[in-house]
Amino acid sequence: MKMLLVAEYRQGELLESYTELLAFAGIMGAESAMFLTAGTAGELPKFSGRLYLAEVAEFGEYNPDVHKQLLLEVVEKEHPEMIVFSHSSYGWDLAPRLAVSLKAGQISEVVALQDGALVAPVCNGKLRRTMKSRGRITVVTLQAGAFGLADAAVGVPTVIPVTGNAKGNIDLQGYEMAEHGGVDLSKAEIIVSAGRGVGKPENIALVAGLAKALGGEYGASRPVVDSLWVEHNRQVGTTGLTVSPKLYVACGISGAVQHLAGMKKSEFVVAINTDKDAPIGDMADVFAVADLKQLLPLLIEKLQAL
Amino acid sequence: MKLLVCIKQVPDMESKFKVGAEGLWYDRHDLAWLMNEYDEYGVEQAVQLKEQTGADLTVLSIGPEQVKETIKKALAMGCDRGVHIVDDQAHLKDPFEIASMIAEFAGDKGFDLIFTGMQSQDRGSAQVGVMVAELLTIAAVTTVVDFAFVDGQVTVKRELEGGVKAKVASKLPVLITCQLGLNAPRYPTLPNIMKAKKKEMLSLPATDLRKAAALQETMKIEFPAKRSGGLFLEGEVASIADRLIRILKEKTTVLA
Repeated sequence: MKMLLVAEYRQGELLESYTELLAFAGIMGAESAMFLTAGTAGELPKFSGRLYLAEVAEFGEYNPDVHKQLLLEVVEKEHPEMIVFSHSSYGWDLAPRLAVSLKAGQISEVVALQDGALVAPVCNGKLRRTMKSRGRITVVTLQAGAFGLADAAVGVPTVIPVTGNAKGNIDLQGYEMAEHGGVDLSKAEIIVSAGRGVGKPENIALVAGLAKALGGEYGASRPVVDSLWVEHNRQVGTTGLTVSPKLYVACGISGAVQHLAGMKKSEFVVAINTDKDAPIGDMADVFAVADLKQLLPLLIEKLQAL
Repeated sequence: MKLLVCIKQVPDMESKFKVGAEGLWYDRHDLAWLMNEYDEYGVEQAVQLKEQTGADLTVLSIGPEQVKETIKKALAMGCDRGVHIVDDQAHLKDPFEIASMIAEFAGDKGFDLIFTGMQSQDRGSAQVGVMVAELLTIAAVTTVVDFAFVDGQVTVKRELEGGVKAKVASKLPVLITCQLGLNAPRYPTLPNIMKAKKKEMLSLPATDLRKAAALQETMKIEFPAKRSGGLFLEGEVASIADRLIRILKEKTTVLA
């Protein structure tokens, strides 16, 4: 099978996620070429194959209509059967544009392969679906972290410059970075996080109280941050922080994939949830089936008595 | 100015799901149905833009008779009229088929701005919005968490990974896909719920729209295999607390 992998470049840097695309191509036994918009003088992906390289100064880091047109020209040359992106803010934005242009089926957020078909989560990971595309070409986006290389990527690509006079219809005006605000959860050894299951803002105090009793920091999942119950600099997940504490306690967190992606490197995971079927169970070393409003005060009391 | 917001009715994600009879989708019986959370932000943003500019706002949804309830909620939030594309098989259609239906409806209406959720909570493909824009050959900006319309131009912030946002500008017409946290969706008030009952609701059978061919097929839907090894603590809360502390002492160094 021939694959075209679409690597990403943001804020002047090549993103490491290209190695996940290579890992997927490896499992599929595919012969792959890669497309990248980047500074042509900068770091290049490590792999042995054709790298179609568009100069970022000319084509922009985020200019999806232009990138689509450049990609269509590469597709003309390579005739891939599969075009693979990361399921990221770049990939999920660009992939459907290409799929429509090519009348190709797109399968989003692939997490696994099964008998040559692609497996993707449904309903926040509660179910999973096995799918395949009907067309000659399949467009695929891969869930972050679902595929990884066992060893470091190696090789030097054969660079083929991509040029064109494509015009875009949007204007990237710059980036805005998150503020840390004094806490840095990415360095915390113990994190107790609040999810939607805390129910109301007053109960954040219980989560923060348990964090304090354990000598750690408290964090939160996205819905809690969106509800303004906890500041954004404490958000764990794809759009917040990636953490790797010794202990992660998930309180009332169901375990959406975006949250799991941010905490799956934790050494030991405790889930506290009334729903035994919550997907957080897949990550949990211990799953306390309990109402956090009852369990947390007891835990705090008993820990303080130690 | 003409606005369109596309919404989907989805099950409450806290529901107990079952695999449907044909094994291709979840069982649609005995579920509580809600407006897709991402779409609520789309409706709110569209209503705010209507309030700002006096624009005309249409809300569209595809599905069986029951999706009318969700359209009514959007009307109560402030949309001017509802369009219901009646399709009992919508849940089995792929993103391209759904996008083709919306694009065919919208094709000759001249919408200046279209809002969709960035994805649905059930299928989660994040494709339909972008595909609608492609089919209509208009601009699209995805994953928007901040929106402003000034001097005929849209300026938004896209949410990227790791807390980074990108500021992006676009002229009209443009399609915006809405990320969680974009705004604070309003609750419909009782007077507005009453008013919504009198608003126009157009029903359009899906069979009246040209049928696009499906580009993908589902082989099966199933529950993921549970990762083994996790220990469940159940029973009385005090006993759970004691057992949990003992495990933390034995298996981790955090209480040392």
